[in-house]
Amino acid sequence: MTAPSSAVLQVREACKRFDAVVALDGVSLDVDAGEVLALLGDNGAGKSTLIKAISGVHHLDSGTILLDGMDITAANAMTARALGIETVYQDLALFDNLKPAANFFAGRELAGPTWLPRGLRFMQRRTMADRTRELLDRLQVNLPDLDAEVALMSGGQRQAVAVARAVAFSSKLVILDEPTAALGLRESGRVLDLVRRLKDDGVAVILISHSMDHVMAVADRAVVMRRGRTVGETVPTAENHAQIVAWIVGATGGRAV
Amino acid sequence: MAAMVDDGPAVPQNPPVAVRSSAAHRGLTMALAAMRLGPLMILLLLVAVLSVASDVFLSFENVGNVLKQSAVVCVLALGQLLVILTRGIDLSVGATLSLSAVVGAIVWRDQGSATLAIVAALATGSLVGVINGVIYVKGRLPHPFIPTLAMLSAASGLALLLAHNETIQGAPPIVNTIGTGRISWIPGGGDIGWFPVATLVVIGIALLVTLVTRGLVWGRWIYAVGGNPEAALRTGIPVASVLMSVYVVSGLLAGAAALLTMGKGNAGSPTSGALAELDAIAAVIIGGASFLGGRGTVLNAITGALVIAVMRNGLNLLGIEPSWQYIATGAVIVIAVELDVIRGRLESRFRSLQAVSGS
Repeated sequence: MTAPSSAVLQVREACKRFDAVVALDGVSLDVDAGEVLALLGDNGAGKSTLIKAISGVHHLDSGTILLDGMDITAANAMTARALGIETVYQDLALFDNLKPAANFFAGRELAGPTWLPRGLRFMQRRTMADRTRELLDRLQVNLPDLDAEVALMSGGQRQAVAVARAVAFSSKLVILDEPTAALGLRESGRVLDLVRRLKDDGVAVILISHSMDHVMAVADRAVVMRRGRTVGETVPTAENHAQIVAWIVGATGGRAV
Repeated sequence: MAAMVDDGPAVPQNPPVAVRSSAAHRGLTMALAAMRLGPLMILLLLVAVLSVASDVFLSFENVGNVLKQSAVVCVLALGQLLVILTRGIDLSVGATLSLSAVVGAIVWRDQGSATLAIVAALATGSLVGVINGVIYVKGRLPHPFIPTLAMLSAASGLALLLAHNETIQGAPPIVNTIGTGRISWIPGGGDIGWFPVATLVVIGIALLVTLVTRGLVWGRWIYAVGGNPEAALRTGIPVASVLMSVYVVSGLLAGAAALLTMGKGNAGSPTSGALAELDAIAAVIIGGASFLGGRGTVLNAITGALVIAVMRNGLNLLGIEPSWQYIATGAVIVIAVELDVIRGRLESRFRSLQAVSGS
């Protein structure tokens, strides 16, 4: 196991079962700041359960999750977000009927005055729009029209909005679930660029992807899961490709991590 | 950059596609913009046709009548708008109107206090809304159709029960003024005036709802919940409270509409709101709000209510049998919903164009 001190996220002996199905069977995992960790595995290997546990959607039966050394095992989704964990789900969780700025600030609208209950505060639309523009500029995300609803954007642009939203608010960890699954070549390239920029900013990234090309392009380390356990860990390079695939399909015994 | 696998030919083919798509892009943008203005165009077209077909249509008196007749539907439609924005529906507003009117009239008859009567009517509406919201949200019902349909039945029954199947005569003078009064200081109607006080009430409520939908965080949450309920939950928006709030507002506005109705008839009738929910829903849809939730503005609701009122008024003026009004309303509803469907199609065309042109 990697040294616990430098890791932003530490998962220890995570176990989770759904009735008779064991989804996580003692998984341990570390992610460092500025590191892109690829989480690989076949469908049903336990990747989704693991990231949902980290982002507070599921609760573990046993085991612990530490964020910067703080125990967040029992945190719910709201708390996890507040602590700096952002998740980009496969379905993107965008509001098609709203503009990018509204999507960015959904659930955390900038508004005042603060003595009013949150819902009755007046939105600071201008500030939210400005911040959104700044952030998209910083991430070099080009959207044709910031005044257009997200519904009118292409798959890649939507993906970029979802990833940028995560980037904007995550201080520590971004989890990306199949961020390039529905995208064309060029659009995938843009999302991978965003992942690199996150890394440069010192954010820890967990990337779930079925595309070995994308994993090799951005990930520093690949962890392979199979049947609720981690079965292999390596640096994703062309030479290791065959080994990784073998771990995924369970062709060799693999070495336990 | 491992992504750059042998898909080379795609790049050289791109420029011509992009050129063609930018023209298509413009066309689609314009079509979508036109679609948004569609309901307003329908209203203006109706007005234009009717002012040619009938001498009296554009007279101050008739315009005043149309405004007055549309007031109740406008107020109900504003509440219904918020509900529909969250992908919901409130079938109970007509019955709630009846019940609120009966309660208001009873309080006026027994207590003789205008303030109490008005508060009672508004409180009754709000209470019905609270019950709708609680049953729908806390009861985890799959869709608000059932609880509000149940409330339609229950509130109608209660209104009849309280009123002993009779209209309760009398309403506070202030309520009568709101329901039937004309403003004399707006020129055009002689000494009596033509501009209905009820329309002022509608304008006031419309401004308040605009403030909520455009200015407040609560309004943004309403759109978010309608746009993607699952994502709203994940982003920490208090979805349950937002859903309940729109039914409460819808009930409260049904109470306000009850006051307008009481004022018009100087009475509280247990059937005064019958079928009004259909007009309210029709107004929101005709006005261009999406039945699928998340899209629609105050202007949509008001436009829709005015289309219905102008259509009825026009057909009346032209001496066409009243039954045709209902058939015409039905036809316009279908057209409006079809426009919404076409808008959805255009948007997905737009999306694929964006992807092709790679912007």
